[in-house]
Formats: sequence, structure tokens, C-alpha cells
Amino acid sequence: MTVISAVPPPHAPGTAPPVPAGGRALPGPLRFAARAARTLWGDAKARTGIIILGVIVVVAVFAPQLAPHSPTATTFTPYLGPNSVNWLGTTGNGQDVFSQLLYGARVSLLVGLGAGAIATAVAVTLGLIAGYRPGAVDEVIGFLTNLALVIPGIPLMIILAAYLANHSVWTVVLVVALTSWATGARVMRSQTATLRTRDFVTSAVFSGERLPRVVFREILPNMTSLVAASFLASATAAVLAEASLEFLGLGNPATVSWGTILYSAEQQNAMLTGQWLMVLAPGLAIALLMTSLTLINFGIDALSNPRLREK
Amino acid sequence: MRYVLRKTVLFVITLWAALTLNFLLPRLMPGSPVDAALGKLASAGVPITNAERQAVEIQLGVPNASLISQYGDYLRNIATLRFGTSYSFPTQTVARTIGTALPWTLILVGVTTIVAFAVGTLLGVYAGWRRGRLADSTVTLGSTLFGSFPPFWLGLLLLYLLAFKLGWFPIKGGYSDGTTPNWSFSFAGDAIRHSVLPAVTLAVTTLSGWVLGMRNNMINTLGEDYVTFAEANGLRGRTVALLYAARNALLPNVTAFGLQLGAVVSGSVLVEGVFSYPGIGGLLFTAVTNHDFPLMQALFLVITLSMLVAIFIVDLLYVRLDPRVRR
Repeated sequence: MTVISAVPPPHAPGTAPPVPAGGRALPGPLRFAARAARTLWGDAKARTGIIILGVIVVVAVFAPQLAPHSPTATTFTPYLGPNSVNWLGTTGNGQDVFSQLLYGARVSLLVGLGAGAIATAVAVTLGLIAGYRPGAVDEVIGFLTNLALVIPGIPLMIILAAYLANHSVWTVVLVVALTSWATGARVMRSQTATLRTRDFVTSAVFSGERLPRVVFREILPNMTSLVAASFLASATAAVLAEASLEFLGLGNPATVSWGTILYSAEQQNAMLTGQWLMVLAPGLAIALLMTSLTLINFGIDALSNPRLREK
Repeated sequence: MRYVLRKTVLFVITLWAALTLNFLLPRLMPGSPVDAALGKLASAGVPITNAERQAVEIQLGVPNASLISQYGDYLRNIATLRFGTSYSFPTQTVARTIGTALPWTLILVGVTTIVAFAVGTLLGVYAGWRRGRLADSTVTLGSTLFGSFPPFWLGLLLLYLLAFKLGWFPIKGGYSDGTTPNWSFSFAGDAIRHSVLPAVTLAVTTLSGWVLGMRNNMINTLGEDYVTFAEANGLRGRTVALLYAARNALLPNVTAFGLQLGAVVSGSVLVEGVFSYPGIGGLLFTAVTNHDFPLMQALFLVITLSMLVAIFIVDLLYVRLDPRVRR
């Protein structure tokens, strides 16, 4: 006589969780993402980074509700220090610095993440192409990548931005993305070249899978953590690059971002008027955003290289 | 020998590619730099005649000759160091302007890079060796935070705190107003005093690259068998860390030297402007603000060439460090 137990059988470790009768398990990619998120949250550094980034995103999204005044209204007395109305003082045009700081998060996030995404997309594409087919194409792409790596980023960005006639947020995004794809491309290329020789790729090719499927369904999913790490690194560099360009006056001075606050501070000699808080706050915000992205990147390093995980 | 030959060939080809890129860049950009240039010249008091316009057009490469002949002229000008006349400093040639500024930047960037490399690598070894403990977390988090400081922001803060408020260091320049550069000890001391704040700013912001890279390399190297063997043999911890692990972990850092040098050069462009330091970075700052295209082009060329030469020298030195490439 068989005993039908009401308790479900124990789950053997190392196997996939059993599908509940009548239900459906989460699809593979979602399960993978959930596991990755759980590992990231468990790493103290990454957790700190996620929290800081979350705060900045919330500030950016809810800036209209959080800011006490409009960032561009020139209604206040210029060159004020911190006071009860203007918590961080005012600019030389009579604008409230604190509101500018809150609204500035939007541009810095947009440009940083946007330029980082474009640079990573270019890097992944070129890396996959170069790594998968050794030969003339690989050599050409490799040479271009090395050339782009040798040329220092910020001088090149300055030259490009200076040649362009009009400056807007989008020119900044484009210029930053164009100059920072090379590091990621080199990493992607070497990783693709390593994965290309693996057995699962060989068997996929022999079983008749076409080239796009092999590259995007076999090789790319095994490089996910690398792509994520590259994206975060590119975004970090992009935030700094955007702030630098705007500090030099090569962005659009009318946009409200952390870099333009520093640009105004430099133009109006905020040091001489004693407005050091106007210099401290946006720079600190930039540093915090970059640090949070780097901390999350530490967590992703730990994801892919278990030796780096905190015990 | 094959390694040295390969690196030399690579250097020459990359050099040629950088020169060509510098030639093509202004010709690919939209907009007319000629009108902007003429406007700048006019506001500087230079009379705009037809000959002037033609000269500017030739200088900026408005195509009225074939591209190939323009390219030939460009290469010939480069070889004879004829970069034209700058708009910001119309009384001297671009070559002279850059020549005056180059040594300042070379010294600043050179010293800062070496110091940051040494300190950063040692910190990275320490953090990697003491992995997982408080020392590691402090070093990692500290260097990440400091590495995220925008160089110009840190420079502004240091300038305000240490120079303006406390008066420990001069507010601007590479040397005191009124003195002329010479080879005396007093001038050298004065120059060093003026370079401390820019150097500290640059070093602090580029430290993190070396620290984190070295730490990761150390962690990977410490997992190797020969390290375990050395420890099992009873060697002291410090010996194992320095003589066994660090020596091998150093190699990827040396190959990454070129990238890090690029970071220092980029940082110097931003920092020199803040401190009015008379180097290449400050010149680029001025050139961009004035839309000074001849100066910008020449500066870009000089920066790229310096990077290439430095990386080439490091590649040659690498042969001494890693016998495996000596085959």
C-alpha cells in the first residue's frame, strides 16, 4: 500500500526547484536575475551602492516635488550664502542652488546611464564581431580599439565638443559615448575569443545553428556579468566626463546639472565670495553617484569571480 | 627580440594612425571653423584681408587642394614642427607656446604618476594580502571614494581650504609672479611649492585605479599553487606577499600603465585650469575657451604622441620584468 504524503519531497540541493503541481516555474532569465539580485544584495559593498543609487534616482524622479523653488527662476538676491530660504545659497544670477542640485540629478543620471549604455552597446557589438571570427576583421577592429585606448579620453572629448557648433545634452552624450567604448570592446573581444573555443559553442555550430543564434543565444548569455560590469564602469566614467565637459563650458550652460553648477561657481568665483557650499554640494553628489555605481560593480565582480566574494 | 620588434612596429603604425586621425578630425566635423577663427582674429585686432582669410583657410584645411596634397603638406609641417600661429597668443608660434608649457606638464604628470603608481601598488598589495578584513575594506572603499572625486572639484576645494583660507600654498600659477624661470635652487623650490596642490589633487584621484587593479591581481595570484607552497615552507607572510605574490601580480598593472597614464593626463587637463598652472592642460583650457583651433590641434597631437612614447617605453621595460616574453 503506498502512502501518499501530504508533505512535498525535500528539495535536493543543486537541482532546479521543483515545479509545483499545476503551476509554472519562473522563466530562466527571471530566475537568473532574481538569484543575481539576491547575491548582490548579500554583498555589503553592493548593497550600499544600490541604496545610494536608489536615493539619487528617487531625488531625480521626484525633483519637482522635493525642490522648494524652481531651479531656473532668477528671483533671489544673487551671491547669497546658505540661509533659511536658499539652503545652499544662490548663484550670480539669483537662482536657488539647492533646487538646481535636486533637478541636476536628472541630467547627470540621464547622461551617465545613457552614454554608458551606448558605449557598452558599441563595445559588445564590436567585441562579439571581433572575437568570434579571427582574421582580417578581428585585426582591424583590434587595431582601432588599441588606437582608441591610447588616446586620452578627456582631451579627445574636449576637442570633439569644441569643434561641434552647438552644444546640447545630446552632443555631450554622443561625445562621451564615442570616446569610452574602447575598454569594454577589448574585454568583450577577449572573452568572446575564449568562449568561442568552448565545447558548447562547437556543438551548437555542428548542430546547424546559424551565426546570429550562436552569438546571441550561446555566447552572449555567458558574458552577462561582464556586460553588466562594463556598463557600470562606462556609466561611472560618463558621469565624470559629462561633469568635466560642462565644467569647461562645453555643454549647454542653460541646462541644469551638477557640472553646470560647478561651471557657474568657477565663472562667478564662488571661492572669493565664500560660497564654498555651492562648490562642495554638486561635486560631492557627483562623487557619490560614481561611488555607488562602482560599489555595485564590486558586487558584480564578486558574482562572476567567487574568489572575490565576501566570506 | 621578436617582442621588441613587434612593439616597435606597433608603435610606428599607431603613430601614423594618430597623425592621420588628427589630420582628419577637423575635416570631418560639421560647421565652419573658418568663420569662428576669423571672428576671433578680428576681435584680437588683426585686420581681416583676403590674404588673411586665405591663410586661415589653408591652416584649417578648407579643401581647395586635393586631400592627398593637403595630407602631404600636413605631414611635412609636422616633421618640421610648423604648427602655425595661435589665436590666443598671436605673437608667437604654436610650437613655441607648447614648448614653453610642455616641461611643466611633463614634470607634474611624470612625478604624480610615479608617486601614485608606487603608493597605489603598495596599498593594493596590502589590501589584497589582508583580504576580507577591516584594512581591505577601508583601503578599497577609501580609494573608490577618492577616485570618484572629480579632479577639478577636489582642486577647487583644496585651493579654497589650503591656499585661500590657510595660505599654506600659493593660489595660482607655476611660479610666483614677477620671477622668471631659471635654473636656480630658489626657483626650483618655488616651483615645487606651486606644484604641490595640483600634484596632490591628481595623485589622490588617480590612486584608485592602481589600488583596485593591484588588489584584484593579488587576490588572483594568492590562489596560485606556488604561493601556498611558499607558505607551507614556512616563509614569513611579508616575504611571501612581496617577493612571491606581488612580483607576479605587478605584471598586469604594468601593462595597464598606459591606460592609467591616460587618466593622469586627462586629469591634468582639468586640474591645471583650476590652478592656472602653466602646463599643457592649462593651454588646452585656454584654447578651448577661445576656439583656438591651431593650438587645439597641435596640443592634441602632442598629448597623443607623449602617450604613445610613454607606453612604448613601458613596453620595452616590461621585457626586464617578465622573462617569458624574451623568447
